[in-house]
Order: sequence, then C-alpha cells, then structure tokens
Amino acid sequence: MTLDELQEIAESEREAQKKITHRINVSVAAGCLSLHSDVVFNILHEEVKKRGMEESCKVKAVGCMGLCAAGPLVRSEPQHTYYRGLPPDSPEVLSAIVDSINGRPVPEFALSPEIPFFAAQKRIVLENCGEIDPERIEDYIGVGGYQSLLTCIAKRSREDVVQEIIKSGLRGRGGGGYPTGLKWSMVAKAAGEQKYVICNADEGDPGAFMDRSVLESDPHRVLEGMAIAAYAVAATKGYIYCRAEYPLAVKRLKVAIRQAEKLGLLGKRIGESDFSFEVEVRIGAGAFVCGEETALIASVEGERGVPRPRPPFPAYSGLNHCPTLLNNVETFANIVPIVRNGAEWFASIGTDKSKGTKVFALVGDVVNTGLIEVPMGMKLRDLVYSLGGGIPDNKKFKAVQTGGPSGGCIPEQFLDMGVDYESLMSAGSIMGSGGMIVMDETACMVDVAKFFMDFTRDESCGKCIPCRVGTTQLHGMLERISEGKGRMEDLDTLERLGNMVKRTALCGLGQTAPNPVSSTVRYFRDEYVQHITNKTCAQGKCPCSKAPSTAAGK
Amino acid sequence: MPEISHYQVKTLTIDGKEVCASEHQTILEVARENNIDIPTLCYFNGLNGVGACRLCLVEVKGNNKLLPACVTQAQEGMEVTAHSPQLHEYRKLIIELLLTERSHVCAVCVSSGHCELQSLAQKLGVNHVTLPYLHEQCKADGSHRHFVADHNRCVLCTRCMRVCDEIEGAHTWDITGRGIRSRMITDMGEPWGDSETCTNCGKCVSVCPVGALVEKGKAVAEMTKPNFLPYLIQMRGKGQ
Amino acid sequence: MQPYPESVPLPSADKRWKLVEATMRRHGYKASALIEVLHTVQESFGYLDDTSLRFVASSLRIPISKVFGVATYYHFFSMKPPGEHTCVVCLGTGCYVKGSGELMKMIEREAHICAGETTPDGKLSLVAARCIGSCSLAPAVVIDGEVIPRAQANAVQEQLRRWIGHDSR
Repeated sequence: MTLDELQEIAESEREAQKKITHRINVSVAAGCLSLHSDVVFNILHEEVKKRGMEESCKVKAVGCMGLCAAGPLVRSEPQHTYYRGLPPDSPEVLSAIVDSINGRPVPEFALSPEIPFFAAQKRIVLENCGEIDPERIEDYIGVGGYQSLLTCIAKRSREDVVQEIIKSGLRGRGGGGYPTGLKWSMVAKAAGEQKYVICNADEGDPGAFMDRSVLESDPHRVLEGMAIAAYAVAATKGYIYCRAEYPLAVKRLKVAIRQAEKLGLLGKRIGESDFSFEVEVRIGAGAFVCGEETALIASVEGERGVPRPRPPFPAYSGLNHCPTLLNNVETFANIVPIVRNGAEWFASIGTDKSKGTKVFALVGDVVNTGLIEVPMGMKLRDLVYSLGGGIPDNKKFKAVQTGGPSGGCIPEQFLDMGVDYESLMSAGSIMGSGGMIVMDETACMVDVAKFFMDFTRDESCGKCIPCRVGTTQLHGMLERISEGKGRMEDLDTLERLGNMVKRTALCGLGQTAPNPVSSTVRYFRDEYVQHITNKTCAQGKCPCSKAPSTAAGK
Repeated sequence: MPEISHYQVKTLTIDGKEVCASEHQTILEVARENNIDIPTLCYFNGLNGVGACRLCLVEVKGNNKLLPACVTQAQEGMEVTAHSPQLHEYRKLIIELLLTERSHVCAVCVSSGHCELQSLAQKLGVNHVTLPYLHEQCKADGSHRHFVADHNRCVLCTRCMRVCDEIEGAHTWDITGRGIRSRMITDMGEPWGDSETCTNCGKCVSVCPVGALVEKGKAVAEMTKPNFLPYLIQMRGKGQ
Repeated sequence: MQPYPESVPLPSADKRWKLVEATMRRHGYKASALIEVLHTVQESFGYLDDTSLRFVASSLRIPISKVFGVATYYHFFSMKPPGEHTCVVCLGTGCYVKGSGELMKMIEREAHICAGETTPDGKLSLVAARCIGSCSLAPAVVIDGEVIPRAQANAVQEQLRRWIGHDSR
C-alpha cells in the first residue's frame, strides 16, 4: 500500500462517518467491561435498531474514556454528554438515552465534559482512546493512522526521523526517563546486520494501568510508533512483550497486527518500499523484574527472566546479541504525534526538562479513580483535588505513592509541587510508569512500606545477594516493627541496609527496592517510632494494634 | 598466562597504581595481574562472568554506579578505586547477608579451612553477625554415589551450573524458583543420584567455593578442591 | 527443509499434545520458544507436569533442568492441577489500599487454604495476583475468569460457600 492508497482509504472512511449524525460511544476497555459495558452496548444497539435509526445513529464500541470510577461510561454525540454508571440491567434507562439523542440528556446519568476531570486533560497519547473502535483498522486510518509511518518511509531519511525525536525532548515513559532520541541514535549507529525493536508492555507496577488502556483502546498507535522506530534504526523484527494478566490487550494487539499486515502496513515491503518490519507478541509469565530491559530480553529468548550487568547495553548487544531498541508502550504511543506535528510542537508542552504529557493512573483514596493525561509539570494538588475530585468521605490526604515498588510516598508538603521527572526524584520518589496511589489519613505508612518490601522480596530474581537477602531482611525488620517487636536501632539498620542494597544491587529492581522504606522513614518517622515505642498502630492496620501489648513501658 | 596483545594496550589506574591492560581484559584480571586483591565469590577463572555476588564492585571515576570488576572491561584512562572504606563496608555487609541466609556452621563443615566464604569473612573482618538469621530450610542430598549436595551451605554462586554447562556440556545443574526461594537443582529437582544427565565428572564439586558440594566420606575440614580448570582451559586454548 | 532431524513422539494419544506440537512448529522448534510453548501446555492441560516438561525439553532440545528452572521461575506457571474453580485476589497497591489484604485473609479463613493452594476436595484454587490493572475499580477479584470490580467481602464469601460446602474440613 502506498501513501496515496492509504489516503484514499482514510477519505472513504471519513465519508462513511459523515453520514452518521449521531454517535453513542460505549467504552469496552477492561474496566468498563468488568462493569458489563458489553451488555450496555448490546442493549443500546438493539434500541437503535428497533427505532430503525441504524443509518444515522451508530452505537460504537470504543476504548477507555478514563473515568473508570463512573463506568460503564458512554458518550453521546452531538449532545456532547457523558453518561456515567449506566445500569446494564435496566433497558428502560438505556432506551431513554437513545430517545433523548436529539434533545436534553437524561439528567440522572449525565456527566458534563466540562468537569475538570475531562476539561483539564491534554490528550496526546490518549487522543484516540474512547474515540475509535480498537478492533477496526479503518477507524484508525480514518483519523490519520499510518500516514506518519508511510510519510517517513517515503519522504524522510532515517537520520532525519531520529533527529526529530531527539529534538522533541521525549523521555522514556517506562520509569527511568532516559532520553528516547538518544537511545534511538545509539541503536541506529550500532553495527549489526540484524536489529530489533521491542515494546515493553510488561506493566508490572502495581497500581498502574496506562499501558493496558492504550493497548486495549488504540493498539495501532503503538504498532505505528514501533514501525517508525524500526525504520529509524533499521530494524526488521519487533516484539511486544505483554503481561499475561492483560488478555484483552494481547487479543486486540494480535487482531491489530493481522489487520496491519493484511494492508501491507506491517510485514514485508511496507509502503512498497524496501523496508520490512514484522511484529510478534510475546506473553510474559508473571515476573515483575521482566520490566527491566535485560531481564525482558532474556525472557523473550525463552530463559529465566533474570537481569545481567550493563554494559553491554541492549542498544549494542540485546536480543540474540544484536542491537535492540527497547521502549515502553506510552513512549511508542508518543511517536506518531511527534512525527506528525513536529518536535517543536511537542517540546512546547511540559516543563523545561520533561517535555510532553504524562498519563497517570489515579487510584486509591480519591473520588475520580481512572486514567488521566496531563502536561508535565501539573501540580500534584490539581491532580488529586481538581481532576481527582479530592478524597472521599471528607477524609484528610496523607500521601501519594508514585513509581510503584521503585518509588516512594510523597507527603502533603509537596502538594504544590509540579510533577515531572526531576521534582519527583527530589521528593524521594520517581515518576515510574505513572501509577499514583492516593492514600488518606487511615493509611499506615509502616504497613505500606511492608507491603512494598513484601512485593520486591517476592519478585526479586535471586541472582544478586544484596537484593535476594537484603530485601528479605528489610521485610523481616518491617514485619517485626509492625508486630510491635521493633527496636529503635532498627530504624538505623533499615537505612544502612537500604543504602547498601541501593548501591550494590545488580539491576533497577534491587537498586530502587528500598525507596518505599526510605521515603516513609524520612517523611513519616513518627509513625515508625509510634509502632516501636507504643507498640501500637494508630491506624489499626498492623498486627500490633490487634493484640494490644500490656508491656507498654518496655 | 594471558598474553598482552600488541595491537592495543590500555593504561589505567587501580587504587592509584598505573597498570596496563590488553584488549578485552576485565578490571579484575588486570587487578590480579598486578597483585591488587579484589574479593570475589561467584567469579571463577575460565567460566563466564555473571556479576552476581557484587563483592568485586569497584568505583570508576565519572560513573556514579558501582561496577562489577569481573565483567567490566578495562578502558583507556579509567580511574578505578577497588578499595575504599565505603566499598569495604558494602563487602562486609554482603558477606553478613550471606551468612544469615542459610546455615553456615564452620565447626561441622568438611570444607572448613578450605572455604572461600570463610576466608572472605576472615579477610574482610566479619567477626559477628548483627542481622537476624533467616535459616532458609534446604535439603541435603546424599543420593549421589560419590558426592553430597548440602543446599544449606549453598551460596547460589552458580559456579556448578556454569561449569556443568560451559565445560562439561551436560547442563545437569540449574536453578529452580526465584528470590530467597531459589535452589540449585539437578535435572527436574529429583535426587542427584537419579539424574539422567550427570556424568559424575565432579567438576561442580571442585568449583564449589563452600561446603555445599563435597566428596563423600570426608570428615570435618578434610575436603580440599583440586584446581584443574586453568589447565583445562589452557589446553583448550591451544587446541583452538 | 528439515528443521529438525527427528521429531519426538507425543507422550500419548491425547489430542491436546497436537496443540503443543503446533506451537513448537510455528516457532521452528527454537529454544527461544520455550515460554510460548509452556503457555500452550498450561492453556491445554491446566498445569505443567513431569511428562509435559520432559516432552517440551526433548522437542526443543533444551536441558531438562533448564526447562524446570524456567517453569518454576515464573509465577504464572503452575506445577499443580488447578481446582474446579479459581478465585484470584488482586493484591496490587490500588487494591491493597482498598482492603484486598483483609479480603484475602477472609477467603483464606473461609476456604481453610492459603493463597497459592487448592482445597483438598479440588473445588477451589486461591491465587494472589500482583496487579491485574483494575486499580480504579479496587478491590478487584477474578472469579473463574470474570473480573468482579469493587468486590464486597460478603458477596465473595457467599459465592465461595456455594462451591466449597461450608463445613467440609
């Protein structure tokens, strides 16, 4: 398929869409599906059919609209209204919604798109999520899909594409924040006949589901980003390493790959050029450490997903010892808009050192749980209180946890901090992949630290001693504190051992594993002290609070 | 002896001492050639390095990460610090962590006196353990005709696995599980004596740094290990 | 082209072995396909056992100890047959903050098993998940493949009681 042919498809798709005057988009991403949005979809579809309005009104299955707390979510156009929490077991309500498409929205379920949750977002990565049908490639082509890829192949040099990404200032969205363009140029320059592009979709951070939503809602966007990357670095083979916990994402990816191959947008001689790029999905098997790039590569090779020391970096010696470009889902999803709108446009968004937007998963003790995309640098307070709608039940904010098991807990005093890579680091946490778990006053920070140490201890691969034994020792210490058996010296040991693990562990998992402990000791030392001296947990979360100790003085 | 390549000789410093390295030489190899002692445990001359025990971590000027000397290639102009109070502290703590993991009781061990963990502890001055003992429960396997595998003494250095795979070519040994529950296994975790792949060559026993793999019938402190591998490698090198 | 000199005979006439063989063929019997093949075995048989691991090892020409090492490294692979019903409790951060830890303890008490175990009568397997990505609908429980958002302790309890007969052991 050539660029002209692609534009023809896009044009005819747009023509077909124009005939449809009314649109009812139903989210069929995993969150809404678990609230039976598929039933809602079917009923709405039937209602439209009953009225003989199929020609002008389309009920469309689309991806994630973000506000999971209000699922199943539906959007009605041109009313420009969201409907929240539609009852799948109430055909009357759904029928009323279809009846109202030309008039006033059904008030009990209507939700204005003007609320901050929607209005304060800037959707670049998620621009198609909730808009297009993720299982129809024509939908994606209709909004300009694959044009960036074919334009690159036909009109731009590989070097030019790499330069564009460098200029954009895009940084890896998987956690580390390494400049993406730099990575690309390393792989582009690396010597080797065979090169690979791998998409890291092993979104292991608990409390994060950005990548899942993107894959479920707009899989072609990721594939196109990968293909542009492959063109830029001269790779011919790609893998998407996706978690087994995301079956819907895997399914939609496989459908998308088949569709793209059929149209000649992936596979051999893309755009009738000499450039070929084949993509395969590889399914993870439940090992958090496989998010680390060398461990992920080992896993793709069929081995135990265990990291190895770097250098050599995968850019020079990765999969099968060949130069390998590894980026995560959100990073690849940023490529198409950068290529389409230019590096300057992208660099104008965000902060000085962190360009563009970031997708966050807002979860925990916050009213509007869901997925949001905002420019880098937005204040934490706005995220939690404006977009997030604040803390439920009028409780007090205590902390927000970012960066998963590698991150830390950020206390109230940082609420007015703009969120980007550097600021989070200076607050003792990291950006990570974008999970934000809000905790209210009822959370016990010792318990939270213990939760994360239990996680890393369990997920440690066991290869290096500091991580294997160190995380177990740290967890044991926290367990004793939570049982009211801690001693004040333990706080020093936590710090000393934590520092040693950070400095000496082999991979990122171990080097960051003590972060949740050190950040909570730093900001919530009082709570630790209370567990140790009073042998009680004020929040009632730890075992010591359940068996009150009488020997309080000792 | 490793021959100095005449194509490219690199000069660098280790602990302030100027040293020369040939192409592809690691920091550890250069250090040992120059009598600079860097402690190691998982490293074994002749086997692929894995950088797992973290004892040989060194500081390299301009790099904020510590690098494992056993797998890091020496480079022109490198300024390496192999000994500093901080590194010493880390190394001691690594040994202490190992000592708490399983059961390392020298008084009843056949390898006492010939044990690398024991001598590392002595050399680094680990004279007491402050962290609580974890006492991971492991099996002792006496099913093999000639050898005993006592996993309570294993430090998971994977030398046995590597020598079995890389030199003997049998790949009888591997690791099962992960994290603190990692265990060395033969075949599918069945008793060593039942292994269908083991060639009884004993290479794993002779590379084991501790008393985890030993010959049968040895009394406390009787077990010594032959150092055959450098010879084997030299012979192979000639053949190639 | 013969990718492989002689094929390994299937362990039995069970048709499911054909599925396993098909996956291996699709990947050209490459050792790198090990994890994909193990996925197929688990999908087809429910778990991995001695026979299947040996078959896969000899077909892909991978040392048996290595296959066992890989199979036991990943938490997704199970070496025991699953129960008739499966209950997965998500213990990701989002769910944990919303009380999934207590939910798990309740189920453990109810079923008299720990996470990762199956009831002696083979009715129920209890599994702990690290995060299934349903964080915004926490706490999430997956019962026989269906995600239950905002799981309520008593609703889950009721469902389980129907399966495990309350007074059995």
